[in-house]
Amino acid sequence: MTYVLQQLLNALQVGSIYALIALGYTMVYGILTMINFAHGDLFMVGAFFCFVAAVSLHLPFVPVLLLSMIGVAFLGVVIERFAYKPLRQAPRVSAIITALGVGLFLENFTLALNPYPKQIPQLLENTTWTLFGLSVSSLQAFVIILSLVLMWILDLIVRRTMVGMAMRAISWDKTIVPLMGVPVNMIISATFAIGTSLGGAAGVMYGLAYPVIDPYMGIMVGWKAFIAAVVGGIGNIRGAMIGGYILGAVEIMVVAFMPSTYRDFIAFVLLLVLLIFRPYGILGKPHPQKV
Amino acid sequence: MKKFGLLILLCAGVILLAVACSEKSNTVRIGVNAEMTGDMPAVGESCKKAAEMAVKEVNDAGGIDVAGQKYKVELFVEDNAGKPDQSASVAQKLITQQNVHAIVGPNATRYALPASEIAESSKVVMLTPWSTNPKTTLDAKTNAPKKYVFRACFIDPFQGRVVAKFALETLKVKKAAVLYDVASEYNKGIAEIFKDTFEQSGGKVVAFETYTTNDKDFSGQLTKIKKAEPDMIFLPNYYSEIPLQIQQAKRLGINVPFVGSDSWGSQELHKLCGNDCEGYYFSTHYAADAATPVATKFIEGFKAKYGTLPDDVAALTYDSFGLLFQALKSATKLDRNSIRDALAKIPKYEGVTGNMQFKEGSCDPTKSAVIVQIKSGKFVYFATANP
Repeated sequence: MTYVLQQLLNALQVGSIYALIALGYTMVYGILTMINFAHGDLFMVGAFFCFVAAVSLHLPFVPVLLLSMIGVAFLGVVIERFAYKPLRQAPRVSAIITALGVGLFLENFTLALNPYPKQIPQLLENTTWTLFGLSVSSLQAFVIILSLVLMWILDLIVRRTMVGMAMRAISWDKTIVPLMGVPVNMIISATFAIGTSLGGAAGVMYGLAYPVIDPYMGIMVGWKAFIAAVVGGIGNIRGAMIGGYILGAVEIMVVAFMPSTYRDFIAFVLLLVLLIFRPYGILGKPHPQKV
Repeated sequence: MKKFGLLILLCAGVILLAVACSEKSNTVRIGVNAEMTGDMPAVGESCKKAAEMAVKEVNDAGGIDVAGQKYKVELFVEDNAGKPDQSASVAQKLITQQNVHAIVGPNATRYALPASEIAESSKVVMLTPWSTNPKTTLDAKTNAPKKYVFRACFIDPFQGRVVAKFALETLKVKKAAVLYDVASEYNKGIAEIFKDTFEQSGGKVVAFETYTTNDKDFSGQLTKIKKAEPDMIFLPNYYSEIPLQIQQAKRLGINVPFVGSDSWGSQELHKLCGNDCEGYYFSTHYAADAATPVATKFIEGFKAKYGTLPDDVAALTYDSFGLLFQALKSATKLDRNSIRDALAKIPKYEGVTGNMQFKEGSCDPTKSAVIVQIKSGKFVYFATANP
């Protein structure tokens, strides 16, 4: 029993990170119907900002987190303005290829600056508690709680503010909303800023939990978070959160009860089966297209 | 018809020119295929430094004597970016464009394997310093030794046996757990041999868990390992992953010794691991503090030139060059085949990483291994294991 609980706790930690990154994919998709494949690499840049802020500037945790989030958000807005905006009327495929290109650029740019894996120093006091036979580290608890808080704030922004209302409106109908006087470009920039800053926050937390970082760390995590977003129903914010936790749980539980060699194989077969029965994801809604 | 004749003439001219150029050069050309970027840049960096040092020493002494004529050595360093496909194309480039006589590297097995196929089919000597997987020097189809691919290190079966024996006899453990990267040839090979030897010698492997390259979260596997209650955990994985695995294990409350293989042996490990790796053991090629006169000379030279202690990749690269130079000295003339024939039967080479011997019919040297312990940020000699 404690074994299962311990594994569930592990799953919560992994799932929180997937969920945070998945939010970035889903928000951009919701508003632009494009998949920002550079998002995984923005997450990596977040971890590197964390490294620079902690090691070169000697900042404590809260400023490190804010600086990384703001830095990545700024980068996200700049990328949207210069790489994606000129392609807004172009075919979707062009935008996706551009996103892949931006991702490769970020990876190789970081690689060119310094190819060595880096260690992120311990920014938070880490103790391990034993509760009823469960090993809970303060870091693990912190990652889970901070992710939930960030997701709660996002939910508030989307549901309770004017910006959030505008975002939902644009994802509903892109042609009518500008006629009502909504500044579409500004809202798109805001979406990118919020989505990528969550990716940056995930990068910081990932860096704290798994303190060896390298320029390729965003690829696999990015793909998995994208899958989480699709499973939850891409374009749906709550779906992305649920998808992240589901993917984390499936991965850890496969390892827990089956040979770990089959982890990715079994995990993705399960997700494929899920998509066969719910092709639009768990919370996604079908959008019939007129021909 | 006239045009066709002209074309032939032109082609012949180009070929003649190419031949003339390669014949005329009076240097020994050696290529280095190293992991300068990618997931193990420290390995490539060490390899390049040691290669440059070895070549400089020979050139400062006036060059190398091949069949009665003095030659300078010319070095071509190429980056394989830590990618299997690029490592094959680097080998191709060194052979066809740089026209090298022999290649040193790549170091890691997953890059050495594709490059070795190119070297073998082009009939150029490839000497890998650090690839310990048996497959590197074996033909994939026939399982017979390759003709042109050699190595300067021992092979995984030997290393896996050394670690298994060390665990049973010195650490006196009965139950071991293994966590390894199933997507990497090196890790997988050594983990399987460890398991076989450990179980044949009376031990029990209670957990045999895997992950894939680039994973950072091992909590699922480690929780499972904890449940199996092993006396030690064997991690035959690369130095950049070890700190994460050990830290996560400790966070889950696992307090048993960790043992590793030669992939731990990078000075970067101390930086990445901090205090977490203190007191653990791994098997490797040489220990800087228990050195022979040859090794001491190399270590002093390396420290004077670069300001750091050489790791095992540096030592093995230096030995690879030493082996090549010795082969060149006994070669009958300066071409790719003569170098190969001389290298294949080096009776005795006294290297930084111990004495080596090559016998015709095997591309792997006969040599010993050492067990090293991590003590206050240093690799300290613990024991020697002979073949």
